[in-house]
Amino acid sequence: MNIGAHDLFLISPELTLVALAVAVIFLDLVIGRKGIVIAVAVVGLLVPAIAGVNVWSEIHGTGADTAFNGALVVDEFALYFKFLILAVVVLLFVSSADYASRFHPFQAEFYALLLFSSAGLMLLPAAADLITVYISLELASLPVIALAAYEKMRLKSIEAGLKYLVLSAVSSAVLLYGFAFLYGATGTLRLISSDPADPAIAHMLINGDPSIPFGGVAMIVGVVLSIAGFGFKLSMVPFHMWTPDVYEGAPIPVAAYLAIASKAAAFAVLLRLFYTGLDSASADWSVLFAVLASITMTVGNVVAITQTNVKRLLGYSAIAQAGYMLVGVAAYAGSGTNPELGAESVLFYLGGYAAMNLTAFFVIMAITNRTKDDSISGLAGMGQRAPILAVLLTLALLGLTGIPPTVGFAGKLFLFNAAINADMAWLVVVSVVNSVLSAYYYLSVVRVMYLREPDNPVRITLPLYAWAALAVTSCAVLVLGLWPGGLLEVARQAALNLVY
Amino acid sequence: MLSVIIFLPVVAAALLLPLGRTQQRARFIALAAVIMELLLTLIVFVGYDTEAGGYQFIERFDWISAFNIQYLLAVDGLSVPLVLLNGILGLAAVLVSWSVKERPNQYYMWLLVLQAAVMGVFVSMDMILFFVFWELELVPMFFLISIWGTGRREYSAMKFLIFTFLGSAFMLVAMITLYFSLPDGERTFDIMALMGRDMSGLLVPTGLVFTGFLIAFAVKLPMFPLHTWLPDAHTDAPTAVSVMLAGVLLKMGGYGLLRINTGLFPEQMTDFAPTLAVIAVVSVLYGAFIVMRQTDLKRMVAYSSVSHMGFVTLGIASVAGSGGTLSSVGLNGAAMQLFTHGTITGLLFVAVGLVYERAHTRYIPDLGGLAKQMPLIALGFMIAGLASLGLPMTSGFVAELLIFLGTFQVFGLATALAAFGVVLAAGYILWTAQRTLFGPRLARWDGLTDARPVDVAAMLVLIIPIFVVGLYPKVLTDVFAVGINPIMAGFGLSGFGG
Repeated sequence: MNIGAHDLFLISPELTLVALAVAVIFLDLVIGRKGIVIAVAVVGLLVPAIAGVNVWSEIHGTGADTAFNGALVVDEFALYFKFLILAVVVLLFVSSADYASRFHPFQAEFYALLLFSSAGLMLLPAAADLITVYISLELASLPVIALAAYEKMRLKSIEAGLKYLVLSAVSSAVLLYGFAFLYGATGTLRLISSDPADPAIAHMLINGDPSIPFGGVAMIVGVVLSIAGFGFKLSMVPFHMWTPDVYEGAPIPVAAYLAIASKAAAFAVLLRLFYTGLDSASADWSVLFAVLASITMTVGNVVAITQTNVKRLLGYSAIAQAGYMLVGVAAYAGSGTNPELGAESVLFYLGGYAAMNLTAFFVIMAITNRTKDDSISGLAGMGQRAPILAVLLTLALLGLTGIPPTVGFAGKLFLFNAAINADMAWLVVVSVVNSVLSAYYYLSVVRVMYLREPDNPVRITLPLYAWAALAVTSCAVLVLGLWPGGLLEVARQAALNLVY
Repeated sequence: MLSVIIFLPVVAAALLLPLGRTQQRARFIALAAVIMELLLTLIVFVGYDTEAGGYQFIERFDWISAFNIQYLLAVDGLSVPLVLLNGILGLAAVLVSWSVKERPNQYYMWLLVLQAAVMGVFVSMDMILFFVFWELELVPMFFLISIWGTGRREYSAMKFLIFTFLGSAFMLVAMITLYFSLPDGERTFDIMALMGRDMSGLLVPTGLVFTGFLIAFAVKLPMFPLHTWLPDAHTDAPTAVSVMLAGVLLKMGGYGLLRINTGLFPEQMTDFAPTLAVIAVVSVLYGAFIVMRQTDLKRMVAYSSVSHMGFVTLGIASVAGSGGTLSSVGLNGAAMQLFTHGTITGLLFVAVGLVYERAHTRYIPDLGGLAKQMPLIALGFMIAGLASLGLPMTSGFVAELLIFLGTFQVFGLATALAAFGVVLAAGYILWTAQRTLFGPRLARWDGLTDARPVDVAAMLVLIIPIFVVGLYPKVLTDVFAVGINPIMAGFGLSGFGG
């Protein structure tokens, strides 16, 4: 196996990201002022972004390029996620600089760990065989365990870290076991391959027994175990139990990172594995995902109604949102027209979801950082204490409910379009009824902010850079809602790489 | 032009936040905006060429080209009077809330956004755009009721939101299903293009798509038994919001039934019409009987809306009758009822709101003899009440007459029963007036003042159309007929007067 310069060029965004992480740690040793280190981390993220643009201009037009003998495939689909994750990380860094002062003197390590983890996340969408999937997943998960427990003087944070450690380990084991079955059944680990001597799973599947789902019993076990393993990352019911606990206990930037970046990457692998790897068995898995989607959104929304802690509420909301996105995964019209619609809608929704959820997390972070109270009733009177923050949180929550003209509406519209295109009108009915359920608890938060009197009239202020991050995300919520066409087109180009 | 009509209130609303910090400034900005809005809608109403007919003032841009979703605005004979109605009620709503003290700039902001959203519903000819405005209207309503309302305002706001949201969810499913049922290449959300198209052979039975739309509009109208949100929302909403709610928001339901259910699905409408007639009669009578038992003035008016909207449903159901020109009379009557009920009930809510503002109670047994202390308000209430029970020379008479004329030959028994609703209306209106306005002068209300000039203006804005339409109904019927005729064509019938 030869590693050439071209291979390194294709993973240059991840390489520079790791280099940045190392640089941040070393700079921290020589520079006393943490603000400078954080600024370096933020500005340094330009380097992987530029590297990403470079790679994009290289593969743009040719479609896809493989690296490391086919272990990685860099196409527009992978790049869509790389840029999404980079954007999320930049915004998280900028907005959390204030919040991170509670980690003093260990701020730099916090950022470095996040950078290491996001390098793993960025590799995931490009993974072209199951081994790469697994390694990238571990690279992404291990730093998060430390990050979740980062507030080590707070019991809940330790609990979050421990929970994430145990469940992450179990789910990884389950995933690996599932991969072993897939390998046993097909004799290959490749998701994508153009080399006939080293065929892809999809190719081997065609020779299976058509009377058994997925062509064989071993395949069934493999697929089910893989779904269980990914289900953990996606917070898909019934593998969602950790989500509210970890969101509540972990530092808020880590919760936001898990809810957005980590989930996006998990969806990327899921789409790659099923749309490309197992596309010939789509009749079997699309129903499975449709059922999982309905259960996930229903459980998330129903349990969210009774929450009193705003971080737990966002945790259940994240579960419900994962359910909506699973609708897009299920909506694979394998033999019909426009099979890419499902993946396209998931990609679009992830972009919009990132904007809405980041806005919500940023506002919660800003408020709870001052009030030290993360119950929903702690938001009382924010309409007076922090008028702009309250408006922005309202916007984000309306978006998550799916009310126009936010990106949440456009995203749901596209998901539903895909589902109807795949003849799943019932699933759309389940989803819209769920949206109505979600309106209740999202708007209850809004109600508390505007109708309850504040217990403390002190205004809440924010540093300028945190405003900047909020401005970007909240503008994205509106702009992508009013003009969704551009992002949709990008998502479509990316999704077309999955279906042939 | 239509874009200006939609976005003028939005711009004014945006200006209100930084500029309208005092009550004085906020209400003048809002007033200027709604007056300009009313003038614009008048220009469109007058400018609509009934000779030429069809869709006018068309604005068409691609919005989301991947799904052929357009920013498509147009008005036809059906929507142009409703656009005007929204302009009229917007002005009345601002005038009637002249003395709002709590967060006035936010209040007027939401009121203007509400007007803009309703305007968008009436002029959108692309289904998704229609849906966007339909949903957008929920947000201002939620805030207006829950912040500036009275009583169980939070409960009522949430109930309103959940009911409408659930109803419209089915509408969205129906829209998307309709879209993907069309052959590739012809897929569109353009209502103008879908008119007259054969709707058989959809992905799912056409009846289901029809039902999806029907549920959304039935909740909004509201039809029995989906009406339970209405009394709560009305009762707890501030006066101006009750005016808008009764005046134009309910009309969105009737408009949707006419535009989409009747316009796009004539075959399903014909099949469903007998059921619709039964629902209509139940709504009319149930609403009317419930009114009798109310002790809260606002609840009383709210249930009378349920009853009066039953007439709209009945008029629409009459379209099932085949042969002759009479069947289009019912549709014209239904459309007329949308407009007239908007002004009449708007006026009723204004009068009730003025009474409540002064007496701080709406409990009917506590009131009495108010005509002595506040003759002008009592006069407004009586005009609205008499119009509401269909007194000739008022617009209420014209609309109900047309509906009964149209329906009688198709559903004789239903019409007879529904006509009994008019008798009941006469009963409850006059009885209420007697208990609140007339009778002995009560000393405890002696300190109350009569309507101020601004209140009189609010009532006049609504009284004028009541009499204009009552005395010269052609000003509206001619326009509505232009909008109804293409719908009738789908039923293979010749239109009104043609």
